[in-house]
Amino acid sequence: MENKKKLISDAGVRTDGRRWNELRPIRMEVGQLKNADGSAYIEFGKNKIVAAVYGPKEVHPKHMVLPDRALIRCRYHMAPFSVDERKNPAPSRREIEISKVIREALEPALIAEDYPRAAIQIFVEVLQSDGGSRVAGITAASLALSDAGINMRDLVVGCSSGIVDGQVVLDLNDTEDKEGSGDMPVAFMPNLNQVTLLQVDGIYTPENFRKAFELAMTGGRMVYEMQRKALLEKYFGASPSETAMEEEE
Amino acid sequence: MSAVKKNYVVETLRKAQMVELLAKGKRVDGRSQDETRALKIETRLIEKANGSAKVSLGNTQVIAGVKVATGTPFADTPDKGVLMVNAEVLPLASPYAEAGPPDENAIELARVVDRGVRESEMVDLSKLVLIAGKSVYTVFVDVNILNVDGNLFDATSYAVVSALRTAKMPKFEANGEKVTNTGKLVPFPVQKTPVSITMARIGSIIVVDPTAEEEAVMDARITLTTDDEENICAGQKGEAGTFTPAQVMEAAEKAIRKGRELRSVIKEATG
Repeated sequence: MENKKKLISDAGVRTDGRRWNELRPIRMEVGQLKNADGSAYIEFGKNKIVAAVYGPKEVHPKHMVLPDRALIRCRYHMAPFSVDERKNPAPSRREIEISKVIREALEPALIAEDYPRAAIQIFVEVLQSDGGSRVAGITAASLALSDAGINMRDLVVGCSSGIVDGQVVLDLNDTEDKEGSGDMPVAFMPNLNQVTLLQVDGIYTPENFRKAFELAMTGGRMVYEMQRKALLEKYFGASPSETAMEEEE
Repeated sequence: MSAVKKNYVVETLRKAQMVELLAKGKRVDGRSQDETRALKIETRLIEKANGSAKVSLGNTQVIAGVKVATGTPFADTPDKGVLMVNAEVLPLASPYAEAGPPDENAIELARVVDRGVRESEMVDLSKLVLIAGKSVYTVFVDVNILNVDGNLFDATSYAVVSALRTAKMPKFEANGEKVTNTGKLVPFPVQKTPVSITMARIGSIIVVDPTAEEEAVMDARITLTTDDEENICAGQKGEAGTFTPAQVMEAAEKAIRKGRELRSVIKEATG
């Protein structure tokens, strides 16, 4: 975890020109895939991710049926060409774990009791990966779920923070993710103020833990505004989904 | 965990009872919210392994074994040894466990424990290199779950940490391109003692070290691992429930405080 080269300049500028509290450029679009019941596409820095939802539909195999609510399934998957070295297309242990935490991050927002005995299938396909693909995937999947008309309590938005050169910074890019000393993806329901995903790695003093967590939540609220606009644009042709970062500091 | 039966009617009734008890500061097994179950650690019980530890946390029992060999390093870390944690819930561990390849729960378990060991830099992996980029020590820590009664995360973590702390590894030597086993045994380059603390939220109360019965009714789970300097070095929220931001901070405080307590128990048991 030793940092050989500096990732933040003395002037406080990061490898991609951002400051500590700035997000990468973000673009979202709802309803790209015609066959899916709901879909969304997100670009989050260099991440390019497509999410799709099928359902509610019948459960296979039938013994998996839940009598009182929908069965939620989720697959997070990375394309072989999404990373520097070709990735074996078979699901890795990392992808299996991320599929589970994404499902658990989205499930609290779904009113699954409205769809007993049914299945809701969520797909998150990473076409190009940069740092923070799981949180960008959650943001897109949440849009796809609402595009599919699934009853929801709130949207779910994801954002990460971390530690780079000993400093707490928002939204790590690939280099910062690999060479920095900590990464903290967070997902939450912004209106209900409930955290649905939290993963931590790296070394955090109790003070930095609190700072990083709060920063990820602050960043998430900025992403939420863009998420809302993307939905409004799809259904009401409202303001453009591409929102400049200038609004926040 | 997967190896727990879910029974809707009983679960719902039991949860109501638990929430009622918790409101009075009690748990079904008589513990307080912040009390862990009795922790028993036995080490060096598998002679054929380079290190081993059996951990009982209440009725949860797990055994970890360390095997050391040599191999090639990962391409992105040519100057570091390889350390991997694997976990399997054995079919004898619970009436609901099934044989087969690790499912998502076992994979999550192994990866969360692995993260705690790796991120705390418990083992100095830079000392496990024989020929940079070509040959390094490969350390596999395999954990078998023998009996499931909740909190497999902490039991597994304590077993892995205890096994590594007491392991002796064969000393290899590199002569040019050739790597040979000297036949000598040396201790592991252990520098930290990470301690994992898993908590369950049941209603508005966060309890430490949940039993299987508590896990069956919990709303959400959180595991946070701390190192000797009381930094938080790994964490994972689990289950399809939520925490408020204030509850996350409460969990962090508990993880640091309980971690301190359990670290001394683990250190004492592993000399």
